[in-house]
Amino acid sequence: MSNTIVSLSPHAKGPLSTEKVMWGVVIALMPSFAFSAYFFGIRAIVVTLVATIACILTEFLIQKYLMKTTVTAFDGSAAITGILLAFNVPSSIPIWQMVLGSVFAIAIGKMVFGGLGRNPFNPALLGRAFMLASFPVDMTTWPIPVKTQWLWEMGKTVDGTTAATPLGFFKEGVKMNASMGDLVAQRPELYDYFNLFIGNVGGCIGEVSAFAILLGGIYLLYKKIITWHIPVFYLGGLALITGIFWWMEPAKYADPLFHLFAGGAMLGAWFMATDMVTSPMTVKGQILFAVCGGLLCGLIRLFGAFPEGCSYSILIMNAFVPLIDKYIKPTRFGKEVNYG
Amino acid sequence: MDLKTFKIGGVHPPENKLSAGAPIEAAALPKRAFIHLGQHLGAPAKPIVQKGDKVRVGTLIGAGEGFISAAVHSSVSGTVFAIDAVVDASGYKRPAVIIDVEGDEWEPTIDRSPELKKDISLDKKAIVDRLKEAGIVGLGGATFPAHVKYMVPEGKKVDTLIINAVECEPYLTSDHRVMLERADEVLVGTRILMTALGVERAVIGIEANKPDAIEILSRKAKDHPGITVQALKVQYPQGAEKQLIKAILNREVPSGKLPLDVGCVVNNVGTTVAVYEAVQKNKPLFERIVTLTGKKLPRKANFLVRVGTPITQLIDACGGAPEGTAKFINGGPMMGKAMVNTDIPVTKGTSGVILVDEADARRNAPGACIRCAKCVAACPMGLEPYLIEKQAEYALWEDAEKEDAADCMECGCCQFTCPAARPLLDNIRLAKTTVMRIRRERSKK
Repeated sequence: MSNTIVSLSPHAKGPLSTEKVMWGVVIALMPSFAFSAYFFGIRAIVVTLVATIACILTEFLIQKYLMKTTVTAFDGSAAITGILLAFNVPSSIPIWQMVLGSVFAIAIGKMVFGGLGRNPFNPALLGRAFMLASFPVDMTTWPIPVKTQWLWEMGKTVDGTTAATPLGFFKEGVKMNASMGDLVAQRPELYDYFNLFIGNVGGCIGEVSAFAILLGGIYLLYKKIITWHIPVFYLGGLALITGIFWWMEPAKYADPLFHLFAGGAMLGAWFMATDMVTSPMTVKGQILFAVCGGLLCGLIRLFGAFPEGCSYSILIMNAFVPLIDKYIKPTRFGKEVNYG
Repeated sequence: MDLKTFKIGGVHPPENKLSAGAPIEAAALPKRAFIHLGQHLGAPAKPIVQKGDKVRVGTLIGAGEGFISAAVHSSVSGTVFAIDAVVDASGYKRPAVIIDVEGDEWEPTIDRSPELKKDISLDKKAIVDRLKEAGIVGLGGATFPAHVKYMVPEGKKVDTLIINAVECEPYLTSDHRVMLERADEVLVGTRILMTALGVERAVIGIEANKPDAIEILSRKAKDHPGITVQALKVQYPQGAEKQLIKAILNREVPSGKLPLDVGCVVNNVGTTVAVYEAVQKNKPLFERIVTLTGKKLPRKANFLVRVGTPITQLIDACGGAPEGTAKFINGGPMMGKAMVNTDIPVTKGTSGVILVDEADARRNAPGACIRCAKCVAACPMGLEPYLIEKQAEYALWEDAEKEDAADCMECGCCQFTCPAARPLLDNIRLAKTTVMRIRRERSKK
């Protein structure tokens, strides 16, 4: 009887732990990983592994030698940052740039704020923004997706041929005053829903296959790691704004289905906007955050300087999360009732 | 079947109703009974016996003091050994009457015949007086003195009596067994309470994981006009008064108000049997059903136990605490109290005892909050546990008050669901009690 444990209730523990949540997200990213390896070859695998290891190592070194605190670098959260950052760059990215981006993402994006749970911005997206600003050419040169690309060299743009991303191609074309109809006739494979859905198009490592991302998303929902609100409302916001412009001028704008499947919207909606640390705490707040993010993404795609606006839309909305949490409260029980 | 439930928050912990199949059996009489004078919410009873006095089963030994208090009766016959402080489930020493047991001689006024007395002869006031004399308290765990609940203040209108047969805490099965084995008494007891309130309608709320109880009570309730059974979706904390009213009647008790304010009174199902016995059989409350359970406990049981019986005796009757038992919970795993030792006696509020082994007894090491928002989604009161936890950590009591920390009912959903194993409820309790203290001081000025 001398060693009984006396603690306050509750005495029951729920099924989830931080590690289970984080490694659950990593598992959910595996379908996209497999598809990217299929389309972009061994280099996609190498780039992803390099980023993951660089992120974990950076967090480990900072925790152990700078912060001198408990090391939690292996809880899976740094691995997610690494994988997501790699998924947001072309597979032809020079390895040293990938390492630099990973170090930036963890050191500046996460650890300077105190580590897990305290960073205001999604570290992977911050890393991507840093890389895009620092290495604009390498970050926008897209290898052609070929399924037999298993050789190291073929991942690179050896003969100078690069792919166009669907978003980039149509945006540039429309800027040159070509109509959507002509552009689609010119490159029908870039406006092919099946290609877009499966991922047989130019783009970042992990963003191309909407199908693989949806598989991962369903797994996250099934494991109750995320709820459906953010992805659905983000994509809904994007579909709404692109749909309005397409309806007004279909010769100038692509249709909303194209926008959902092209570029990084799927990856962003399911894996970046849902990042727990940088999204709001209430369902109402999450909906506001996601709808605004989707609208912003559409606006940047349609009118911004870049063909893709997903990562910036989420980063901008990240900045509003503290405000959203301050002013949007859950419905309290027994506060707004009046029984005469 | 149309299953109702409450709308905000809630969790579904593993049910683990291991003892659901064990029929109620009478536990052996203790050699010495330790009967606490404060077994109920409110002021402790005042002892009216002295060392050396002879008592019988059902003899009044403590008189209720003040408005919210309850009488305490002897559960055994014998000689008063002492009136002394004895550790109770809260871990504090509290005054108790200690009685050396001799035989089992009941007060002759108690009707011990087995037949069911269906006809209710007493009127409203007489029933409430009987409840008070018999020391009836809510047996669901809160132990609120029953007679206070049924003295409806002037100006309040009550239209519905809700019988709480939810038993949403995992492991516990005492209410379940009562419904299966004593359904008739439950229904007559319910009718007595309906008479006391002057209402025509009573709803018995039962979670869908007790289909046999739903079936028996639905069938037998047909003979009792006004009583219906409502099946509920399994969700914790549905047995919390406010959540149960929301689930059954879709009425929301305003913050800081009582069920009376939305026209209903909620009563635990086990209490209805005690009410029946008090009113129809003149039997005071001195025994109750206690679930003895635990994953590794050799035998699971539902005992009919005399109040004051040391819990050790019940554990021994189930084969003794298995090797590696590290925690003894008095009550359910979500809201029960971990006991400092098992010599603590059974009180009117002891719904069960759960033996937990080392691995389950320890909390996981807390990590940083990952802002997953699961605590906010789980809170049945619509609070933001992560925020109140932080406010408590930084002693921001005014902010915690604005965030309605005082509305927390300590159900534990937030801490249960937290992947980072944050001590959310520990800190929220601190915020809640501090905010309530500040409010009391403010109102004194």
